[in-house]
Amino acid sequence: MGRRAGGAAHPRRGVSLSVAIRRRQGDFTLDVAFDAPNGVTVLFGRSGAGKSTVVSAVAGLLRPDAGRIAVNGRRLFDTADATDVPVHRRRAGVVFQEPRLFPHLTVRDNLLYGRRAGRARGDGPLGEVTELLGIGGLLERRTAGLSGGEASRVAIGRALLSEPDFLLMDEPLAALDAARRAEILPYLERLRDGARMPILYVSHNLAEVARLATHLVVLEDGRVARAGEPETLLSDPELVRLFGLREAGAVLRARVEAHAEDGVSELSISGGTLFLPRIDAAPGTPLRVRILAQDVMLATERPRGISALNVLPVTVVALRYGGGPGVTAQLAAGDDRLLARVTRRSAAALGLSPGTRCYAVLKSVAVAPADIGGPGGDAAG
Amino acid sequence: MLPPGSETWPELWPGIREAVILSLRVALVATLASLPFGIATAWLLARRRFPGRAVLNGLVHLPLILPPVVTGYVLLVLFGRQGPLGAALDQLFGISLAFRWTGAALAAAIMAFPLMVRAIRLAFEAVDPRLEAAAATLGASGPRVFATVTLPLVAPGIVAGAILAFAKAMGEFGATITFVSNIPGETRTIPSAIYAFLQAPGGERAALALVLVSVVIALAALFASEWVGARVARRIRGAA
Repeated sequence: MGRRAGGAAHPRRGVSLSVAIRRRQGDFTLDVAFDAPNGVTVLFGRSGAGKSTVVSAVAGLLRPDAGRIAVNGRRLFDTADATDVPVHRRRAGVVFQEPRLFPHLTVRDNLLYGRRAGRARGDGPLGEVTELLGIGGLLERRTAGLSGGEASRVAIGRALLSEPDFLLMDEPLAALDAARRAEILPYLERLRDGARMPILYVSHNLAEVARLATHLVVLEDGRVARAGEPETLLSDPELVRLFGLREAGAVLRARVEAHAEDGVSELSISGGTLFLPRIDAAPGTPLRVRILAQDVMLATERPRGISALNVLPVTVVALRYGGGPGVTAQLAAGDDRLLARVTRRSAAALGLSPGTRCYAVLKSVAVAPADIGGPGGDAAG
Repeated sequence: MLPPGSETWPELWPGIREAVILSLRVALVATLASLPFGIATAWLLARRRFPGRAVLNGLVHLPLILPPVVTGYVLLVLFGRQGPLGAALDQLFGISLAFRWTGAALAAAIMAFPLMVRAIRLAFEAVDPRLEAAAATLGASGPRVFATVTLPLVAPGIVAGAILAFAKAMGEFGATITFVSNIPGETRTIPSAIYAFLQAPGGERAALALVLVSVVIALAALFASEWVGARVARRIRGAA
């Protein structure tokens, strides 16, 4: 997006947002430290975990008690020498939970507000951004007449056109219904693959994490519980309690291999082949697939006479017993990890323990485009 | 208009015209000169927490509660030729307020100030501070946020406050007559003129004429405020 993002001057790797802050608010103490490299770093946590506080602190709207915030080596906040760059000089593109469009301006004037405010220079890529977000037809409209999805996209475009050094997105889809989310997610995926800057994206929605995250930071009670690759964290049975039993599930990188004549597409993963209803992507396309733990059944023998198309040979890596009747099993399928939820009774009946070889029956698989440049995206270099 | 052929008409007409023109001038000057102070005071009261805020709030509202004669008397004491502020103004700037139309404008402005501040303050309180925060993240400095986001959103309140103040200034009587007396051509505004006409035998017709003029001006101001307010609101909220 734009000169900054699209130009060759900024190498794709090595640019990052680094955050290490502490802040007390009554009984709640936020104490976090993490790095957000280029790409989308999702800050995940339940409500009250401190996600929005982090975003406000990085944006400069809220002052931490102590710590350091830097982007690409430029310090925005540092209690060591009392650095505190004011909000309007931080060059942060912020997308809030609500669109916060200016009601007295047209869509065009909202989009160009950053330029009028003197920050964005030159003739920024208005056309490029409106095309990316599909808002070219709205330019002369008043903001009051926009739908929720349109207003969200204008808010994202406005942040991009202010020529930020990094983006902060505080649950930008939280106020939208499922249909509007589905409308905007593809734009965010394009943004992730095109914008060469750190994007800190707050979410408590695992479907968004699975689709967008290139890096994941899990917050719990004001602290970083874990940080790392989303594939690793999402398939970690220890974190299932934070993700929620219904939502927990592994994310795998896959590649489209072929489309059969009966309408089934073949995807290769490291542990075998997946068969899915026709996917609209050319052979060779890298994809992300998400498999919910509760959609995986286990069998000690290869099941026969079953309608499920996807049965993978797996090895049990670890079992996590919670307080309830369920067990979360981490499974190895080739180089990938899957999660499965089974009952204690089933686990005992099947004699599951680390090292057990068995078969995973996948009841449902969700597919999303993979981020280009990730481990599965060698096609894009 | 008075019925033609009235014998008092030719003598009364100049006095009526004088009072109307003077009233318009006094009210206009009072409104425009106090508007910047009104906006600043409304902003302070709506957005800032500072020691003495309650005192400022009370001071602004005082003319609304005090008998107008008391306000006029306080002005006379402060701004009269021998008053501390009046003497200073006279010496430093050569401005004399006592028994001048400028004094009438000051009295009208003071009396209208609470109404003006109230309307504008409500508008400030209605502005979503999250919009201002969003503007700051887009690179706008504090003054720029104020000029490009806050002020446009407060505009309907400013228009409403100004028109309210103008109408109040047109009708101010007690403080004006106490402070600057009732001098034809200098401080005899419409209310003072009506009062004077009613004191003299045969003045009822002229008083009635001024009453009608007052009603017309008040209605015109009301319609103007509705029209401007609707226009501004449409511009700000956006025609859906």
